Amino acid sequence: MANEMSTVERQVPRTTDSSEPTRARPVFVPRTDIYETRDAIVLLVEMPGVAPDAVDITLEKRVLTIHGHSVDPEHGAYRQIHAEYGAGDYERIFTLSEDIDRERIEAAQQAGVLRLVLPKAEPVKARKIQVRPA
Amino acid sequence: MQPFEFGRFGFDPFLEMRRLQSEMNRLFSGVGTAGVQQFPPINLWLGENSVVVTAALPGVSPDTVDLTVHENTLTLQGRREPKAEDADATWHRRERSYGSFSRTVQLPIHADPDQVQARFINGVLEIELKRPEADRPKKIRISAA
Repeated sequence: MANEMSTVERQVPRTTDSSEPTRARPVFVPRTDIYETRDAIVLLVEMPGVAPDAVDITLEKRVLTIHGHSVDPEHGAYRQIHAEYGAGDYERIFTLSEDIDRERIEAAQQAGVLRLVLPKAEPVKARKIQVRPA
Repeated sequence: MQPFEFGRFGFDPFLEMRRLQSEMNRLFSGVGTAGVQQFPPINLWLGENSVVVTAALPGVSPDTVDLTVHENTLTLQGRREPKAEDADATWHRRERSYGSFSRTVQLPIHADPDQVQARFINGVLEIELKRPEADRPKKIRISAA
């Protein structure tokens, strides 16, 4: 029962578009769960240490960018003696395949997890074309 | 933590080196296990008479986490439940893990179980453990003969 869960931390590959962030700070790819229901796509993005007001979400055309900015914790006179996770920012970009109703997107960040609900746009009504006999 | 700040001279040339060193230590600490860490990942900070344990627990409700302190060990136990809201949901990606976790950490000092403070901020659990009064180092004065 112990340690059923494990974590792997991954860093953003810097070679995707040959650009670099200006700040020399690690950027992590947050672990994400994505599921689809009948009328929405729901994303659960794991960003520990990120406050709700430090999350930036942009949707441009079909490209969804999630950025979480974390603040280095103050430890005063404390000295770090063991480290398994690092402080840094989080960034992840998704390409959406379905049309999203931009007006009704909901986002909530709680306990380091961002929940993003992307409602699907009303499907265009299928038109039936009747063929008349000539 | 002091080394992450700009020093008296405006810029600390060793900051980047120290960061690189700690990053290297972190990367190679998990070589034997192919980079897979135990859950939750923890950081340890040592103060004069106390130790701070921080654990990244995103999405875990703080009241489901049990903390046990015994001499110089701290045990974290809890459970992360998936939000089963949609039975007919189709999964696109499942990268987060769910289930029970239990982790025991060996502390560099003995901790007083009555002086433990725990806070949960933005998915990070911070536990401060104090050294018991009797265990603290004492200064001994040498009296002149």
